Amino acid sequence: MSGEPLDRALIMKRFEGAIEDLGTAHGIHAFAVPPETIVEVCRVLKDDPALRFNFLSDICGVDHHPETPRFEAVYHLYSLPNKWRVRIKCRLGDPPEISSVTGVWRTANWHEREAWDMYGIRFTGHPDLRRIYMWEGFEGFPQRKDFPLRGYKDKLNPFGAEGPPPTQPDLATKEIP
Amino acid sequence: MTEVTELIRPEGEALDTKEVLLNLGPQHPSTHGVLRLVLELDGEYVERVDPHIGYLHRGTEKLAESFTYTQIFPLTDRLDYLCPPSNNLAFAIAVEKLLGIEAPVRAQYIRVMMAELARISGHLLITGALPMDLGAMTALLYAMREREMIMDLLEMVTGARMHTSYCRVGGVREDLPDGFVDKIREFCEIFPNRIRDYERLMEKNRVFLKRTRGIGVISAEDAIDLGLSGPNLRASGVDWDIRRDEPYEIYDRLDFNVITRGEGDCYARWQCRVDEMRESIRIIEQCVEELPDGPFQIDMPTIAFPVDKEKVHCSMEALIQHFDLSAYGFNVPKGEVYSAIEAPKGELGFYILSDGSPKPFRMKVRAPSFVNLQALFGVSNARYLADMIAVLGSLDPVMAEVDK
Repeated sequence: MSGEPLDRALIMKRFEGAIEDLGTAHGIHAFAVPPETIVEVCRVLKDDPALRFNFLSDICGVDHHPETPRFEAVYHLYSLPNKWRVRIKCRLGDPPEISSVTGVWRTANWHEREAWDMYGIRFTGHPDLRRIYMWEGFEGFPQRKDFPLRGYKDKLNPFGAEGPPPTQPDLATKEIP
Repeated sequence: MTEVTELIRPEGEALDTKEVLLNLGPQHPSTHGVLRLVLELDGEYVERVDPHIGYLHRGTEKLAESFTYTQIFPLTDRLDYLCPPSNNLAFAIAVEKLLGIEAPVRAQYIRVMMAELARISGHLLITGALPMDLGAMTALLYAMREREMIMDLLEMVTGARMHTSYCRVGGVREDLPDGFVDKIREFCEIFPNRIRDYERLMEKNRVFLKRTRGIGVISAEDAIDLGLSGPNLRASGVDWDIRRDEPYEIYDRLDFNVITRGEGDCYARWQCRVDEMRESIRIIEQCVEELPDGPFQIDMPTIAFPVDKEKVHCSMEALIQHFDLSAYGFNVPKGEVYSAIEAPKGELGFYILSDGSPKPFRMKVRAPSFVNLQALFGVSNARYLADMIAVLGSLDPVMAEVDK
C-alpha cells in the first residue's frame, strides 16, 4: 500500500521559486520548469533522499499549435520507494530545444528519440538523436498539428494532402552533434 | 587434435580477424515480429547492438487525435495484440478519470477478470516462445493449447478472439453471457495443473537451463535506470506492482501475491511469468466468487450507449442518444491525465490532454514493450549472439506495442 501522499510544498521548498506550481490534476502534482534547468531539476528530484524519483515513466512531446510558445515536453516521474508520481512540464519555443536527461536516466534515450522524430524537439546532449519510427531521410515531423493526417501527396502516397512538405529540411536531415 | 589446432592457428601468427556487421530481421522468427537488429560482431561475440524499430508504426497517437473517445478502443486493441482487454482497460480508466466517473462495481469485476485472462494469454505465449527460440518446440505447442481455451472464453464474452474492444467508457460493452461463469470455473480448475506441466517440461531441461540461467543478468539498479517494468523488473528483485501499489478498479479488494525473483537473468524472467499466471488464476477465482449483480454500464445517457439495443428501434430518445454518441461522441472536460495500469508487459500508461472536445487533443501511450526493448543495451553479460536471442525472447517485446 502506498505511504504518505506527496506534499507539494516539499518540492516547492526544495527548489525555492525555480519551478512553478501547476496544481494537481487527477492525483498527479504538476510543475512547470524552465527548459534551461531541466537537467538540474531532474537530478535533484532523482537524488534527493526525501524525494527519490528514480523511475522515469515517460517523456512526451506536445504541439500546442497555434499557441505560443508552441511546444511542450512533459515528463512523468515515479518514485519507487515513496510511490509518488509527478509531472514536469517545459514550454518550448519554435524550433524547440531542450537539454537531454539521458545522463540522469538511461531510459530517456528512446523517449527523447521519439519526441524528436514526431515533434522535432531537439534534445541537446543526447548521445544518438536519430529518428526512431520514421525512416532516415523522412522530411517533417508527423505528429505536429500542421502535418496532415495522411501525409503529403507523392508517388508513393496518392491519398496524401496537396502541398509541399514543410520547409525544414535542414532540421530534419542536419547532423546532430 | 593438436595437429588440427596448429593448422588453424600457426604459432606466433595472429589470426586475421575483422568485425562483421550482421543484420538480424526484420523478418526473422526469433525477433517476435518486425524487429531489426544491427549487430556488430567480433566472431561470435556481440560488440554492439542497434535495434531498428518502426516497421509496424501505424501512428496510433496521431490517429487518436482525429477519433472520438469510443472510436479509440479498437486502436488500443492493436497495441499489445496478445492481451487487448488490458489495453482497453488502461484507456477506459484514463478517460473515466478525466470525466470524473467510475464504472459500476459489476463492470469493474468483469474488466479485472478479462484483464487477468489477458495476462495469462500474454504470459502463455512467452512461456512457450522463449523455449522455442532456444530450440524446444514442445512448450509452445502446449502453451498454445491452453491459450486456445482463453481465446474461446474471450470469444464467448466479446465475440472476438483477438481484438476484443470490450471495455467502454463507464463500463463494458455487454454483460457476461449465460454459462460463462461455469466455463471460467472449469478453466480455473484445469489450468493450474497445466502450469505445473510447463514447469516440469522446462525446469529440468538442461539445454534450456544452460541457455537461460545466468544469461542476460540485469541488476535492480540497471533495471530501474532502464525503465523496465512489469515481470522484467520484478525478475530483477524490485518489488513493484501497480495493481498493489496504486490500486485501480477493485484490486484493493483482492488477495494476491506480487511475484519477485532476485536473479535478474532470462530464467528468472521466464519463471516470474509462470508464477504470475498462478496469481492471475487466484484473482479470477476471487472475481468469480464475489461477482456482484447490477448494471454493467454507467447510467449516463450522455456517455453510455443505450443498454437495450431494441429501444433504439422504437424509442425516439434512445435513437437520438445512440446517433449522437456514434456521430459526435461526448465532450470530455478540459484537462490532462496520466493513468497507468499493470499490463502483462509492464506499466501501460495513457497520457491524455483534452481540450474539451469529443476528441483528445493529444494522446500519448507509454508502451511497456517500447521501454523494455531498450534494455537490450543494458544487458552486459549476454556476449554470444545466441544469448542475444535468449535475452530478446525473455524481455518479451510485442512489436505492435513497440511501434504503436
